[in-house]
Amino acid sequence: MSRAIRIAAGQGFWGDWPEAPYRQVTGGRVDYLMMDYLAEVTMSIMQKQKSRDPSLGYAKDFVPLMERILPILAERRIRVTANAGGVNPRACAAAVAEAARRLGLKGKLKIGVVSGDDLLTRLDGLLARGHSLRNLDTGRPLGDVRDRVLSANAYLGAWPIVEALRRGADIVITGRVTDTGLTLAPLIHAFDWPADAWDLMAAGTVAGHIIECGAQASGGNCLVDWQRIPDLANVGYPILDARPDGSFEIVKHPRTGGRISVAGVTEQLVYEMGNPREYITPDCVADFTTIQLRQVRKDSVRVSGVRGKPATDKLKVSIAYFYGYKAVGTLVYAWPDALAKAKAADRILRQRLKDLKLDFEAIHTEFVGVDATHGRLAREAVGSDDVPEVQLRVGVRARDEAPVERFTREIAPLILNGPPSVTGFAGGRPKPEEIVAYWPALIDKQVVQPTVEVVEV
Amino acid sequence: MKKRLLEIAHARSGDKGDTANVGLIALRPGDYPVLVKQVTAARVARHFRGMITGKVERFELPNLKALNFLLHGALDGGGTISLKTDAQGKVLSTALLRMEIEVPR
Repeated sequence: MSRAIRIAAGQGFWGDWPEAPYRQVTGGRVDYLMMDYLAEVTMSIMQKQKSRDPSLGYAKDFVPLMERILPILAERRIRVTANAGGVNPRACAAAVAEAARRLGLKGKLKIGVVSGDDLLTRLDGLLARGHSLRNLDTGRPLGDVRDRVLSANAYLGAWPIVEALRRGADIVITGRVTDTGLTLAPLIHAFDWPADAWDLMAAGTVAGHIIECGAQASGGNCLVDWQRIPDLANVGYPILDARPDGSFEIVKHPRTGGRISVAGVTEQLVYEMGNPREYITPDCVADFTTIQLRQVRKDSVRVSGVRGKPATDKLKVSIAYFYGYKAVGTLVYAWPDALAKAKAADRILRQRLKDLKLDFEAIHTEFVGVDATHGRLAREAVGSDDVPEVQLRVGVRARDEAPVERFTREIAPLILNGPPSVTGFAGGRPKPEEIVAYWPALIDKQVVQPTVEVVEV
Repeated sequence: MKKRLLEIAHARSGDKGDTANVGLIALRPGDYPVLVKQVTAARVARHFRGMITGKVERFELPNLKALNFLLHGALDGGGTISLKTDAQGKVLSTALLRMEIEVPR
């Protein structure tokens, strides 16, 4: 196939706008719907859910979203790529298949499942064979935290999805596949791009990066001219209009809100960026310094010139391990002297925690309304003596639960035994929260074998 | 003439572990060389002193009229561990735009 294809972004993260997928498949022509669900620590939450119930461990809200649009997908032959499968893509696929059968689509849809990314049960074998899974940031070997590991997933690339599409899958549900692979795969499939066409792999990767955060490329969270970006209530999520030569346009459906501009696409390109010359994925190494952007008409940005280099022989592994506990307590102080009162309350609270000899790894105070987001820079910029109100926000972190639990009982008493004109405790005592930490590592590509299954509904 | 970066640039920030990135983009292409010259890694490290524990790296993207800064140790341990409101560094973008630089008339 050599015509242009259109890939629509339907979800930019787990919890994104439920209306977006429906609007994307009904608002105009699209060939594929791409839904990105996984962030760095999502897998550990899903692993926890799966350990409580073996039929869970995926993005559950994917199923009702699909149920709503499945008949439209079947009728218009729109195919879906989604990493909603989390740590249990087969269970996710089974739930979607059940929804499809309920809708009378038996025999009319094929579901592909991509797995093989989950390394949790293989960790000891890998460590024994000399794969040390050192922390990319600290250099420490995984042995340091092995007994606390909750999830471990290799990032797979586009190729297992390509295989599922080639075998006729209409909906491809994956585990930990890269965000960009969800977009690159349909491009490889539709245009028959060879694996070593590195510039094309890089172009598809850049395209994926632009649309993977949904409306963040079409006017959402856009700083430039934000007050005049039209009708965000009705925002159109981005759509990739791609050609076989690796050039593409970012567009959105007609009669939708938001804006596709060079400024907005540039903001998305630099989002979560490391070294721009080496954007490393399992499929290629993309060079973001080669990207050319041009506004071709209203709400359409053309992207061209992307260059890439060969993929490395490693895969990134995302490991989550149990770290400890934290809790955050808040109180609101009113005018006059709101900030002075909040500061006094913080001093009193810290004194009491010290007197109790509680062992915290960190105590962190913010005065919301004054310095919570910009810290010292904000305090220096404004005279904060006369603010109408200040929220005192104190967080603590410890390896053990006991000191964190004790801290949660020290907030409410301040209402009656601390500084005056205080309110805002309606939410009750804060709860200690388990903390999961993130451990990035690399592993040899050859030890990870992706599995692709395609089943008829 | 002194100007706040806010007047000549825009920005978006995000996280990778305990590192925040801030992409700084010239509003007008002609101002990009001013950003390259004045908004150095050392200057940004000074701007954020006391707010980050690690070093600052800078990368240039002349094609996008953008600079990318990596602020190491900016997030109190990273997204899930952090006690900060801005645990993922989402608004360090506008914190950088508070910086004042000297712009030729």
